[in-house]
Amino acid sequence: MTEPVIEAANVSKSYGSGPARVQALKDLNLTLNGGELKVLIGPSGSGKTTLLSILGCMLAPTSGTVRVCGTSTSGARPAELAKIRRHHIGFVFQSYHLFSTLTVAENVLLALDVRGERGLKAMAKVEEILASVGLASKMRSFPRELSGGEQQRVAIARAVVAEPSAILADEPTAALDSTNGHATMTILSAIAKERGRAVLVVTHDPRLFEFADRIVHIEDGSLTHEEFTDPQVDLMRGSSVNRTRSHALLEYNSQN
Amino acid sequence: MSLVFTLASRNLFQDRLRFVASLMGIVFSVVLVMVQMGLYFGFSGMITTMIDHTSTDLWIVSSGTKYFEDLSLLTTGLRDRLLTIEGVSEVVPGVVGFSAWGPLGAMTSVVVVGTDITAHGLSPWNVVEGTAQSLTTPGTVAIDRAYSNQLGVSGIGATAQIRGQPVTVGAVTEGVRSFAMTPYVFADLADARTYIGLPQSFTSHFLVRLMPDADIERTRQNILSKISGIQALTPDQFAEKSRSFWLFRTGAGAALVAGALLAVIVGTVIIAQTLYSSTKDHLYEFATLRAMGASDSYIYQVIICQALLNAIVGFTIAALIGSAIVHFTAKSALQVVISPSLIIELFVLTIVMCIVSAITAIFRVVRVDPAIVLTR
Repeated sequence: MTEPVIEAANVSKSYGSGPARVQALKDLNLTLNGGELKVLIGPSGSGKTTLLSILGCMLAPTSGTVRVCGTSTSGARPAELAKIRRHHIGFVFQSYHLFSTLTVAENVLLALDVRGERGLKAMAKVEEILASVGLASKMRSFPRELSGGEQQRVAIARAVVAEPSAILADEPTAALDSTNGHATMTILSAIAKERGRAVLVVTHDPRLFEFADRIVHIEDGSLTHEEFTDPQVDLMRGSSVNRTRSHALLEYNSQN
Repeated sequence: MSLVFTLASRNLFQDRLRFVASLMGIVFSVVLVMVQMGLYFGFSGMITTMIDHTSTDLWIVSSGTKYFEDLSLLTTGLRDRLLTIEGVSEVVPGVVGFSAWGPLGAMTSVVVVGTDITAHGLSPWNVVEGTAQSLTTPGTVAIDRAYSNQLGVSGIGATAQIRGQPVTVGAVTEGVRSFAMTPYVFADLADARTYIGLPQSFTSHFLVRLMPDADIERTRQNILSKISGIQALTPDQFAEKSRSFWLFRTGAGAALVAGALLAVIVGTVIIAQTLYSSTKDHLYEFATLRAMGASDSYIYQVIICQALLNAIVGFTIAALIGSAIVHFTAKSALQVVISPSLIIELFVLTIVMCIVSAITAIFRVVRVDPAIVLTR
């Protein structure tokens, strides 16, 4: 069994104090493994963003532990958390968050630049990754000259170019049409399968279930259940939850 | 090369209006500091111009004298006593004092400088019309071109009156300016005493020249021990005393320095505001950088690089304006003097000012939560 890339154990998070205290996450356990694409789904206010922030080392849990590639983040200073993000985690955002004044190539190069990787070797990596997402011809374009789908592919390239162990994607298809959404998920799925990365996709969109190896449901700050969507994996692991992607989709549709 | 410079410069130039506003703040501030300090150094030069252009080892003035034009009364008999002191080679008397130029009813205040040309006393320099030697002719004076309008004379051969005595302009100088804006008028020693109203047995100062092997400090102490009620000052000491009086005891210099300081503060605030507003506009980008794991120093570099770019472009424009001001004031009565060292000091000041301005923007970025990128 592969070593977990990100492991959250008994994680709780609360905001405020006294009567105004809000419990965003309750005693939550989640593991992200290399080569696996997990979809995290839940209604608004269920704690998805808080969980993503904690897994992405941007927010410290109130209790519980998070380990990234074997390193515990408990008590880590902001600079140490930044270092973990820089080396182990890539982010894909709903609004892309590309730098408007930088070209496509420069946006991707930035992820290497913050790690101190510069020069021709870095540029070669950028060219390779942009080619892999079908944007080799757009390297000198600015984000405003690209479609939403293209911008999201740049964001994915930026998240992946530094070869992090985990990719955390927050609603990556929310601003895209179905064609571009499908293309984006295909790339994220390939990153998990071909590059062996752990990919977590937070979404509202049930159409993304078909790309998931597992679907994790969160509600009121707790993971309600986790489903395997690959029958072969279920059989190998002897899971009692033997569902297919279509089952999960049907269930989600009936709940919403 | 790091993308820091690319990101900083593009962010800076993206909003051209804000960039122009920021540049205006820097240019305004630097030009103001440049002019204030240029005036300060111009005034400093003017205050000591007579001392700087006099060839002497020691100045002998009365004990209360604070600056060159300050009326000092010494008896001419003191010359003989000075000559008896070991190491003294030559003693040249000179007079300085205020008088009135022009006909009765329309008089202008002038500073008459009486000189003994033949004894190499304090003689006019930068003579552009006529000769300094013409002062040996009684009733002949030398004036500076900058004050010809003020004195109502056109040049060589023009006539006027000083304290009712007829005078003829025999020489015209250029760049011999007075700090107090009161024109200098050079005249023969004896004539000068008449113009000032000083008895012929009195003089204002003595220029003491020493023998080649004499020790200046020892001779100075000798003079002071043997003659009371006087000051024996080296040119540097007299210049410093004059500067100290005019620039600090009168408050003129302090006003210039205060003006420069105010300009620095105003400039810093303007740059800080524009940098802060630029940073705020790009807050999500900085949050994205933080989410990507960029170190604090990487983010500071982006902001400081913007500040430095502001400084370099702003200073270049300010320096060009400063050069024009220097050019246009070169021949005026109020000269702005900008030396190469002042340029370097101002450049360093501009850099410091811009970096200090970046602090508020840095504080803003330090507080930004990278998780905000997940909420938009």
